[in-house]
Amino acid sequence: MSIRIVLDPIACDGHGVCAELFPEGITLDDWGYPILREGDVPAHLERHARRAASACPSLALKIRRTGA
Amino acid sequence: MSTVSTPTRSGSRSATPPAGLPRLIPTPLATDLASHLTHFGPVRPSRDLHGLLSQVGDAGLRGRGGAGFPTATKLAAVARSAGRRSLLGRRTPVVVANGTEGEPASVKDVTLLSYAPHLVLDGMAVAAAALGADEAVLCVDRRHNGLFSSLACALAERADLDPIPIRLAAAPSRYITGEESALVHWLNGGDARPTSVPPRPFERGVADRPTLVDNVETLAQMALIARFGAAWWRSVGSPEDPGSFLVTITDGRRVPAVFEVASGRRLSTLLQHAGIAPTTPVLVGGYFGSWLSPEQAAAVSLTRTDLARFGASLGCGVIAALPDTVCPLREVARVARWLGTQTAGQCGPCVHGLPAIASTVEALGRADVGHRADAELRRLMPLVSGRGGCKMPDGAIRFVASAVEVFRDHIEDHRHGVCGRLDVRPVLPVPSADGAWR
Repeated sequence: MSIRIVLDPIACDGHGVCAELFPEGITLDDWGYPILREGDVPAHLERHARRAASACPSLALKIRRTGA
Repeated sequence: MSTVSTPTRSGSRSATPPAGLPRLIPTPLATDLASHLTHFGPVRPSRDLHGLLSQVGDAGLRGRGGAGFPTATKLAAVARSAGRRSLLGRRTPVVVANGTEGEPASVKDVTLLSYAPHLVLDGMAVAAAALGADEAVLCVDRRHNGLFSSLACALAERADLDPIPIRLAAAPSRYITGEESALVHWLNGGDARPTSVPPRPFERGVADRPTLVDNVETLAQMALIARFGAAWWRSVGSPEDPGSFLVTITDGRRVPAVFEVASGRRLSTLLQHAGIAPTTPVLVGGYFGSWLSPEQAAAVSLTRTDLARFGASLGCGVIAALPDTVCPLREVARVARWLGTQTAGQCGPCVHGLPAIASTVEALGRADVGHRADAELRRLMPLVSGRGGCKMPDGAIRFVASAVEVFRDHIEDHRHGVCGRLDVRPVLPVPSADGAWR
């Protein structure tokens, strides 16, 4: 069981907290909006991914379980 | 060509199915209910969902609003969602006819609603009956003042015929209004801005109920299929894109023309029919469509696979030929700038990215910074693409990316101070935004 981060671009306000907490999986574009690395989150980084998702002030990030 | 009249599923004997084209807007016109029924025969909206699903599926009808989604799949999704038990109680579906036609160069939907309103209303009645819907709404851009009174008359004429009442809604004049989640959000009392999906309207739409949102031409085509059957409907067009399509043809110099065409027609033949020399670049699919070079436009047929060779699709059916007296860079920059103003203002990459892309397009032809703008544009397009809640940024980028390819030589001429296109009258319309979101 792996996890993946899913972004709701309509909810996202570009606070940028996610990229601070999970730079391995999230970078920011020219305007401060997150760009997610594709694919599942590597197991050893899951803790950071979950922290980034729960810290989003706009509740724009969700963690989704994937089958693999 | 089918000449044999077959009984419809409901058992009523139909009028002779129209042979050849046009089918949707007959000549002479049959705009009022009596002549509509004389021309097309009666339609009996049936509760037989599976009958309609198999007819529409066999016909191979795809949405005519731009995305080209298979209509039977959408119908089935609404029906499935309505069948699901829910904590919210009974989930009776809603039918929404989308006649908002926010694409500035398109007039095919407003033309259809003006000249064949009853065919659209028939389609709504057919879909509503099959789905067991108890509410149906026809949405039209509120700038079409005159249309509302004629549609209200059409509805009054058929008040006794329709299984459920159909109401009219005057939607905000915005490019994005017709995006289905935006339209549903507005019908629910919100702004006409797209919402986060899922849930999509087929799951939770108007009043949180399963909602079928179909383009008005799609519904008119469904009314023809319900009357005359799938085999007749497929008797024009190519096997992969059966049936007919409404297209709007414009060169910005004469009144835009609406044609009903079968897929497989050559684009050049169609342009000649509209009185336009097929020797110019052509925009296919509106402002989320693609530019074709004169050579591509001369070679292409209007099928999905042939258009796909050039990265194009028919989209909402807009075909705009750019006269060779007009500067393409100016036209493209004007539309790119306008698209930047039409964002719903919700997703950062669209809000900031589209204006940034417009600025690079405006700089493309400059001798000093043109090459840098080109590199910046190539960096920005993939950065913005695919990152909106809806497909608006992707469409705008397709428009710009194809323009940069097709007009490469002209852009280079600009950098050397040569344009030579003296006709400054705009070709591609850009309406002023009225600012209202509700």
